[in-house]
Amino acid sequence: MLKEKYQAEIDEILSRYPVKRSALLPLLYLAQREEGYVTETAMQEIAGILKLTPPQVYETATFYTMLNLKPVGKFHLQVCKSLMCALVGSDTVIGWIGTKLRIKPGETTQDRLFTLSIVECLAACGTGPMMQVNDDYYERLTEEKLDRILADLRQTGTSSLKTGPFMWPEPSGAKS
Amino acid sequence: MPKYEPILLKNMMQPGYTGSLPEYERAGGYQALRNVLGKVTPAEVTAVVMKSGLRGRGGAGFPTGVKWGFLPKDYQGPRYLCCNADESEPGTFKDRQLIERDPHQLLEGMLLACYAIGAASSYIYIRGEFVLGAKILEAAIKEARAAGYVGKNILGTGVSIDIWVHRGAGAYICGEETALLESLEGKRGLPRVKPPFPATHGLYNKPTVVNNVETLANLPHIMNRGAEWFASIGSPPKSTGTRVFCVSGHVARPGNYEVPMGITFRELIYEQAGGMRSDKKLKAFIPGGASAPFLTPDHLDVKLDFESVALAGSMLGSGGVTVMEEGTDMVWAALRLMEFFYHESCGKCSPCREGSSWLVQIMRRIVNKRGRMADLETLTDLCKNIAGRTVCAFGDAEVSPILSTLKHWRHEYVTYIHAAEAANLIRPEPAGAKH
Repeated sequence: MLKEKYQAEIDEILSRYPVKRSALLPLLYLAQREEGYVTETAMQEIAGILKLTPPQVYETATFYTMLNLKPVGKFHLQVCKSLMCALVGSDTVIGWIGTKLRIKPGETTQDRLFTLSIVECLAACGTGPMMQVNDDYYERLTEEKLDRILADLRQTGTSSLKTGPFMWPEPSGAKS
Repeated sequence: MPKYEPILLKNMMQPGYTGSLPEYERAGGYQALRNVLGKVTPAEVTAVVMKSGLRGRGGAGFPTGVKWGFLPKDYQGPRYLCCNADESEPGTFKDRQLIERDPHQLLEGMLLACYAIGAASSYIYIRGEFVLGAKILEAAIKEARAAGYVGKNILGTGVSIDIWVHRGAGAYICGEETALLESLEGKRGLPRVKPPFPATHGLYNKPTVVNNVETLANLPHIMNRGAEWFASIGSPPKSTGTRVFCVSGHVARPGNYEVPMGITFRELIYEQAGGMRSDKKLKAFIPGGASAPFLTPDHLDVKLDFESVALAGSMLGSGGVTVMEEGTDMVWAALRLMEFFYHESCGKCSPCREGSSWLVQIMRRIVNKRGRMADLETLTDLCKNIAGRTVCAFGDAEVSPILSTLKHWRHEYVTYIHAAEAANLIRPEPAGAKH
């Protein structure tokens, strides 16, 4: 149960808003962080905390694409396919990932490590093609870079190729 | 040295600048707040912003000071400021840089706006995917709170303002200001019917102002250097100040370029962004994010200000300029954007919900060489029946890729259809066929 484990965090979230329902998205994120996806039990518990009906929680949860209502792999690869990324090769990236991991968009590898999703614009249009893996952005993808990212993720759970604070083009005098 | 003096990107262009509080203060940060709180009245701040001519940087370009002026003056209850950081317009990536590289510039702008409108609470609604940006903002708020810039009795002036970060969860429509408010209230992000406007009935039905990140980031500079200074930059009297333009697509150096409004697309694309990436010529460009109609090489000398782009039949929108080279399939490009709008339609209004699905089906049919000439009429007809018939501007936006490519590159649609006719592929489709 979320409440027993995260009472302090839940109280802090509730304190930010004058109306309880505003805490719904933050609490759904908390539930997703805990289990990897939003379970029905969690939605019922959140409804109890916020004094909402379970359908009120469910209707909100189903509106937002970042809330997973089904389990996903340990690494959720989300490749942008909107026009700006497509102009610079996002379809190729989707093809590479598909061949390397032998999964189609929407599928998860058998070892439950990787899920491939195709998503719409992630606001990295100047540095496409790009993808988001869990919380991190990976930009200006090439086949070599992608190989390294997948290997890093398998071995260490993260990769040094992820993007830091964004600036593009990079300021003169900065390391590239 | 850059050709134009950067304002918003100035700090972050200094090598090694991390955006921490001490560094922001060393660069003159929070001076505007010190000079304003308790020394200038809120009404005077609004008057300065109005005089500066600052217009919203999110897409609609509404004058910021006028927006603030709509708040009821005699209302005693709480008021709210919401910072729109739900940057989701395809082609736009400026707010992300402003947030991640210089978060205190945004916070100072928010504090000034809160002071001007009399808000004690404000929320930064940041798109859910910007996990790093949300973390950076939360750390910056913590720093600012410890230094006495945020919280109760700021700098001993008796003014109290709080700022919280609220993450969205993946919905383009939440960048529409009333959908943003719905989402912030913990509901599905469906735009509200207006009027009433947020100025009187906004967050929790209280007077509310929603301003874009870039708009707010301009405020410290306007308060420091004056309305006249700001109004002299750009393309006065209607388009003042700089814009951070996001250049993407087939250019040599894509990225964010801050230039005064009023330079031409030619200068932005060929001088700032280094021209085309190869020897292929420019074929088309989108001047202001996915919602703006496509323009052609004939429009390269159009000025980058609100009026000139509107006169050319498009809009400056969010400042996302996407460049396409010779050889880009315009029907394919329009379909890609249409798929985006189909995916992101919130489903509230039937013309948009049903229409976007029909448009995608027809476009896919044409690209799959199953189209017929009558489809072009149907596309136009559908588009005309969506635009202007929805609660928010999404309906107008979603038809612009198709209508503008049909206008400028109709022959490419016709080529697809001729290919279909030549291959004799057009046969009655089975009922329920999907493309």
